[in-house]
Amino acid sequence: MAKHHVTTTVNRQPVELLCDTSETLLDVLRDELGLTGSKEGCGSGDCGACSVLMDGRLVCACLVLAVEATGHEITTIEGIAEGNTLHPIQQQFLEDAALQCGICTPGFVVAAKALLDRNPDPTETEVRFWLAGNLCRCTGYDKIVRAVLTAAAKMREEAVHG
Amino acid sequence: MGNEKEALKAGIEQGTYKWVGTRPIRPDGADKVTGRAAFGADLDLPGMVTGTVLRSPHAHARIRSIDTSAARALPGVLAVVTGADFPELPNEVAAGGEAPINFRHISENVIARAKVLYDGHAVAAVAATSAEIAAEALSRIKVDYEVLPHVIDVLDAMREDAPVLHEGLITNGVEPAPTKASNIAGRVEFAMGDVAQGFAEAEIIIERSYTTAAVHQGYIEPHACVASVTADGAATIWCSSQGQFMVREFCSKVLSMDIGNIRVTPAEIGGGFGGKTTVYLEPLAVALAQRSGRPVHMVMTRSEVFRASGPTSGTHVHIKLGAKRDGSFVAGEMELKYQAGAFPGSPAFLGGMTGFSCYEIPHAKAVCWDVVSNRPKCAAYRAPGAPMASFGVESAIDELAQQLNMDPLELRLKNAAKTGTRTIYGPKFLEIGYAETLQAAKAHPHWSAPLGPNQGRGIASGFWFNIGGQSSAAVHVNENGSVSVVTGNPDIGGSRASMAIMAAEVLGMDLDQVKPVIGDTGQIAYSFLTGGSRVTFATGMAVVQAAENVVEQLRQRAAKLWKIDVEHVIWRDGAAHCTKADEAARAPLSLAEIAHQAGRTGGPISGGVSINAAGAGPGFGTHICDVEVDPETGGVKVLRYTAIQDVGRAIHPSYVEGQLQGGAVQGIGWALNEEYVYDAKGRLQNAGFLDYRMPVCSDLPMIDTVLVEVPNPAHPYGVRGVGEVPIVPPLAAVANAVSRAAGLRMTDLPLSPPRLLAAIDGAKAAG
Repeated sequence: MAKHHVTTTVNRQPVELLCDTSETLLDVLRDELGLTGSKEGCGSGDCGACSVLMDGRLVCACLVLAVEATGHEITTIEGIAEGNTLHPIQQQFLEDAALQCGICTPGFVVAAKALLDRNPDPTETEVRFWLAGNLCRCTGYDKIVRAVLTAAAKMREEAVHG
Repeated sequence: MGNEKEALKAGIEQGTYKWVGTRPIRPDGADKVTGRAAFGADLDLPGMVTGTVLRSPHAHARIRSIDTSAARALPGVLAVVTGADFPELPNEVAAGGEAPINFRHISENVIARAKVLYDGHAVAAVAATSAEIAAEALSRIKVDYEVLPHVIDVLDAMREDAPVLHEGLITNGVEPAPTKASNIAGRVEFAMGDVAQGFAEAEIIIERSYTTAAVHQGYIEPHACVASVTADGAATIWCSSQGQFMVREFCSKVLSMDIGNIRVTPAEIGGGFGGKTTVYLEPLAVALAQRSGRPVHMVMTRSEVFRASGPTSGTHVHIKLGAKRDGSFVAGEMELKYQAGAFPGSPAFLGGMTGFSCYEIPHAKAVCWDVVSNRPKCAAYRAPGAPMASFGVESAIDELAQQLNMDPLELRLKNAAKTGTRTIYGPKFLEIGYAETLQAAKAHPHWSAPLGPNQGRGIASGFWFNIGGQSSAAVHVNENGSVSVVTGNPDIGGSRASMAIMAAEVLGMDLDQVKPVIGDTGQIAYSFLTGGSRVTFATGMAVVQAAENVVEQLRQRAAKLWKIDVEHVIWRDGAAHCTKADEAARAPLSLAEIAHQAGRTGGPISGGVSINAAGAGPGFGTHICDVEVDPETGGVKVLRYTAIQDVGRAIHPSYVEGQLQGGAVQGIGWALNEEYVYDAKGRLQNAGFLDYRMPVCSDLPMIDTVLVEVPNPAHPYGVRGVGEVPIVPPLAAVANAVSRAAGLRMTDLPLSPPRLLAAIDGAKAAG
């Protein structure tokens, strides 16, 4: 069966690739593009470890077909930092010890960014419900929620005082 | 040495450390927040192909034959293996780290031989050039099964007429030995005093049965590995596990390979909780790599993880607790029946050893049954075996408190184990901090906060031994005075940070000049796996000793440079200082200066230490939980949670708090939602995250922590293991809260809404 030719944008760079009909966006990110920061924890959209942004919208890459990426802008965990400057969410995860094993961390960082892009001042409850699609088995979520709230506060401060 | 120990202890008391007890950013952090860290599934090698496993659709069946010819004929298929390709191993039990290991069972669990014993049991494996071809190949393998009657429940499995899984299984530990095979693999008993006399002295007795469901460790990273075998037979395995040396040993046994021909490189591990202390895919990947001549990449799906990797036992626990009217415990008795899964080896005996160990009970007895049934072979899960027995004991104590009209915290305090208390398994406790956790709970504002309608507060405690064991560490001084710290234990939750902190503390140097590295099996000497809450204690002790060895060498090098006797050199704040009366004005020699001149004073400076660490300090925790029960739906909301634990000494307090928080939430899931659900044919019905339903962020409040520090005198900084204790108290803390909120004693986990609603409605109907 002939492969599909997909033209898309990943982390601000133009990308062309060939894929089978059944391949997911996660498959091509990991296996074709070498972007293994997005993790496969379930393959069914339940764990959020493959969270990416599609035109700024939070999606599970395992639930998007690779062909559906055509013409869209994809941002993965590898595109969150500016070069070697960490995004404030990434920095706060480090400062607050918001990770233990780290397998879920890329998904949480991407999901948290999607939240703060929309709602720069979320309540704890809003953070908890927004992140309910991301599973973490190590932390009990406490330090993750705190890191997101603190990162949000710092980003608001930065936005005001620049 | 004695003086040094005293000085270190004084340091603990005075809190004079530069790094120990601080919260620096972890050394591996940047890679983990940017997606660069390479986990088990992330490696890509030239020529790599995909390996996939065919699994049994039956709970129990005899394999009459396997025909792989159609699969082998498919273009793109490079190798197919079945049980026939693996050696038969003797049925003998070898000493393991925490529990004995029977490699025949490990091997038969990796791939079935004459029978399949559970839904998901591996039957064959294929290597192919693509995942699609591998899947097609699996569908072309014809297995002729003779389906046999199966048994899932532990009590059913113990019945005389139950289908027997292993024709040769004779119950161990029963006199006289049975003459007939059964599913009862073993019986172990622990006892002290005379329970009959104890119960005769009792003025009040609580006696009840409790059940807990089989639950999965639930790590987010599925099992994954890559194996490559060279033409001369040397195998290299890259995988996510809790111990590269464990993988090497287990693979050498299952494949009958020389251990020296296997090299295992630890990938980053995406959670384990005990579930990655054994092998599943690795021997299959090596066998496929041997036959295909290509590196083979294997990753389990989430369904495979649930169906075929270790959950922990579902249990049936019977508790009898006797006390005086003033609340003093006089006798305790427990009978534990634990599912082992398809092969013997449940942690029932660990339940028996731990269940009563928080308390001073003069007469106690624990009878522990290890029972096989048609479920996946259970694997270690965080304090294996302890949470279930403790759930029974701590529930009985709560009920006793209610009947005596006593505060449940005061009742625990009255009976708390302390220094000198004898355990049911023999030794007496040395320095422990259980009572201190209860005092901290009493002082915490949570304990006295008001409760609203339909709300209840539960308290429960828990104990875990913690272990030490074999660990190696090497400290290498680089040319510029920076330092590499190499250890042999996968970092599962931030242990690199604590290794670096301890090395920097001993060397008196800047933390950012210390780089921790996890070595592969060819780069560092043997280290027992990451488990038993042992790494910061035992491997940390090896790091401290290796760093102390380096300090000795640094003093000698400084003496050489100064041309004085080493006795006149002391090491302080990362530099050599001269103490010779007439030369004390010499400027100190920094680590960097000594390193720079190492070539002139004897060559590279490096210290390697291998130890068998003794003196792991037992751990105790006390948790407080508030819940609200919805009487209309049976739903339970956790409103507030506080976890308190004696941690000895927190090297990096944030990651210690994280252990308490994570363990508590796993325990909350165990108490409220999680369970393995089987259909009538013995097939797992909820082999996915959606239906298994671990706690998510919106289910929970913040998890408050209190770190009590009663230093462990056997560790240079006072460390006790902390990882496992926190999963012991939550089952009863939650159940006691729910029982008090609903006004009903809840004895069966999980306390899912249908079960709780049925209990509430049943109580209403009974008036």
